This record gives sequence, C-alpha cells and structure tokens, in this order.
Amino acid sequence: MALIPPPGAPVHRSARTDDSIDWDLRDPELVEAAHGILTTTVEKAIAWTQTSAIWPATFGLACCSIEMMHTLSPRLDMGRFGAEYFRGSPRQADLMIVAGRLTQKMAPVVRHIYDQMLEPKWVISMGACASTGGVFNNYATIQGCDKVIPVDVYVPGCPPRPESLMEGIDILRTKIGGNGQTPSSELIAERTRVREEWLVARAAADEAAAAAKDGQPS
Amino acid sequence: MPGAVVEEHTHAGELTVEVRTDRILEAVRALKDGATQFSRLSGVTCADFPDEPSRFRLAYHLHSLQSGRRVRLRIWAGGLDPEVDSVTSVWPGAEWQEREVYDQFGVRFRGNPDLCRILNPLDWDGHPLRRDYPIGGEAVEFTDAV
Repeated sequence: MALIPPPGAPVHRSARTDDSIDWDLRDPELVEAAHGILTTTVEKAIAWTQTSAIWPATFGLACCSIEMMHTLSPRLDMGRFGAEYFRGSPRQADLMIVAGRLTQKMAPVVRHIYDQMLEPKWVISMGACASTGGVFNNYATIQGCDKVIPVDVYVPGCPPRPESLMEGIDILRTKIGGNGQTPSSELIAERTRVREEWLVARAAADEAAAAAKDGQPS
Repeated sequence: MPGAVVEEHTHAGELTVEVRTDRILEAVRALKDGATQFSRLSGVTCADFPDEPSRFRLAYHLHSLQSGRRVRLRIWAGGLDPEVDSVTSVWPGAEWQEREVYDQFGVRFRGNPDLCRILNPLDWDGHPLRRDYPIGGEAVEFTDAV
C-alpha cells in the first residue's frame, strides 16, 4: 500500500552526515560531534572560504523556488555571499535548498542527488512544505524533507519572503562559522567539550589497538 | 447516431450530454467530424460515486475551435474492473488524460497504446482518488485545539 505511517507511529528523521572535511569520517562517534569548531586558524580560514562561496544546487521543486529566484534578484542579492552560482550538477554544489513540496515520487531522487554532493554539504529546507509537508497532508506528499535528507536550517513560510530565506542563509553561515560570524559561546563550549571527549576516546582506542598489535607476535 | 444519447441537460450555459458507454467512440467521432466540428478534446476527467451502480462517471470535454462552443459528454463506467473504449484513435493527445484517469481511478481504456501510471510512482498500489482510498499523511497534533 502507500507509504503512509499509521497514526501514532514514531516520526523518522534522517540521520545526519558529517559536514566537516577536517574530521576522520570513518569514526562513527563523530556523527553528533562538534560541527565546525574553529579552534585553529586553518579551520577558521577554511570556514571563511566555505561561507564566502556557498554554491547551491538547483533544487527548486515548487512555488518556493520563485522566492528563491527573488533572493537572487538585485534587491536581495544572494551573490553577496557567493551564492549566485547555482550549479546544475550536484557534484559541484555544496548547498541544497529544498524549495517546495517533496512528493513520494521525488523522494528517491532527492536522496540520490544529496548523495552525489561532496562533503562538506548543507541543506536548507525552505518553506512549510519542505519542512513539514505544509498544507498538503496526504498520500502523495512527504511530510518534511528531513525524513529523507538531514537538514541544517529550516526556513518557515508559505512561501517565505526572500528576506526570510536570506536570514536562513545567514544562519547557515553562522553555523558554518566563518567570515567573522562566531557561533554562540554556549555552542562553542559544548562543542569543545565534545571534541575533547572524542580526542580522549580516540587516543585510548589508538593505544588499545597498538597494545593489541604489540601483544600479537609474542 | 440513434440510440446513443441517454439524456442531455443544460446547466449554467453548459451543455452536458450523457451517452451510452459502449457508443462513446462513435459519438465522439460524429461530433468531431460532423457539422458541429468539435475538433478539440479539452480533457478527460472522472468522478467517483460509490453509491451508484456504475461507479465512475467520466466526462469528455469537447471544444469547437471554429465556433467556440463547448459540450460535455458523460459516460458511466462501473463494476469492479471498469473498462471503456479509448479515444486515442480520434485524438492522440487523450493518451495522457486517460492515463491519469487510470492512475487515479482505475478505469481501464481499451486501445490506449500505453496504459500505465502517470502521476504516482509506477509501483504504487491502489488508485488514490477513489472515495475509499485514505487521504493519508500524518496525524497532526493539536488540530482540535481552540
């Protein structure tokens, strides 16, 4: 039958993928670990480049794409942030703005295109339909694109004003953390703590692996 | 075309002619090529009346480009496996219209060259616009809150 969860079913959210190229992506503990902690100058420089030239992939699905086009227009120039270059190929893009209704038929396509994007990548869910299904609560519309892909910023509205999308991009740039925009101090403290724990755990794991290797030839 | 017309009525300036289901192809050809010259098929649509013995009521909207007149032909297709003749031999553009009716209601069209789903995914089960198909979606919290 149709892909309709019964009432009361736990709502499934797609798992996050790692969004920083500096981490060891093979390490599973890093899934929720600190995103974009900028402790070194190199990291800050990398984050600055990422925020200054964030190239979106063309993913306007429905009416919200019109407002997305308006953010590109001269009045609210998205090109100020280097984002006027919408890439046709997802392999050359690092931001996916899901603008519009996501249908059951389109869901595997969205996932496929998201998987084709290279790390680091971010997703903005633009509009009510992309965030929660909007006014369309039926058999054909997926109730939120975060069931299929992990989302970084949700921009509500039907459609959101171009200014709202611009604020969403601003929030995303803050989240990436470059260009002089620092994350809030609480976030920094929390992420630093998580990172310390991760470093300690990895050091312990490396030691254990080394000890096991030394122990084997004997 | 004797005996094909079941009834006709005019409402709000629109003429609706109900035709016998097995004579629809003949009626459509007569309207297209005859003196009335209804050369354009505006659309093929369907409605589900589950209380009626013939459940699905299809409508063919014809439009004459010369005079600008419009007429609606109505047929009933019922039963567990409704099937009607396809008008793609008269208008090839009706193919996708009939595919949509098949996808959403389950009415099959004899003679349609490619009768498969057009809106829903190809492996979808069921016909969504029927009255007994659930609306779907998720249960929404706080809808009854004032």
